[in-house]
Amino acid sequence: MIISFLSDICLFLGSFFTFTGALGLLRFPSFFTRLHAASVTESLAAPLLITGVILDTGFTLDSAKLVLIILIMVIANPTITHALCRAAAHGGVNPEMETKSSEKNQSQTDTELSAKEPK
Amino acid sequence: MIAAAVVALLITLALTLIRAFLGPSIYDQILAVNSFGTKTVLLIVVGGHALDWFSYVDIALMYALINFVGTLAVMRFFEQYKPEGEQSS
Repeated sequence: MIISFLSDICLFLGSFFTFTGALGLLRFPSFFTRLHAASVTESLAAPLLITGVILDTGFTLDSAKLVLIILIMVIANPTITHALCRAAAHGGVNPEMETKSSEKNQSQTDTELSAKEPK
Repeated sequence: MIAAAVVALLITLALTLIRAFLGPSIYDQILAVNSFGTKTVLLIVVGGHALDWFSYVDIALMYALINFVGTLAVMRFFEQYKPEGEQSS
């Protein structure tokens, strides 16, 4: 009873995180934000979903193979993400650095504020 | 709950496929295809358990390995590839 409840929780959280990751992959503005959204949620959601299936299966040979799939995914996902990020950086996709313009905006707002404050 | 997980995975696959088709750069498409492969492994595991397929775990294991090696190989190719030729792709 408790084990099936835990399995349901794991399956629900896993499907929620996969859906969130796909939504981020579809909606985020630039390449590196999309990479971040896809990889982080994927490496959280895949072990959760497979753990839900393991808890529902019981401890047999299949669950040992499922643990092996979890291990492969946990090792492979960050590797793929790192290599893809490096390939994109070598291939000319530069991350959009918004810090300078935001600093400018901040300094502008600061100057505006400091100009407004003495009045 | 397993049926809900299968439906969520199918919706996720559709969204990932949209990004794979309209990704602006080639790296977006590689990322979307890799994500599609990972979610296919999850779909094989969850759906195979729900439908009592015979030895679905071996297929999922092999698909995960092939997805990893294939994505790495495609990425190696496009890392050496100069972005001037991106109009042809």
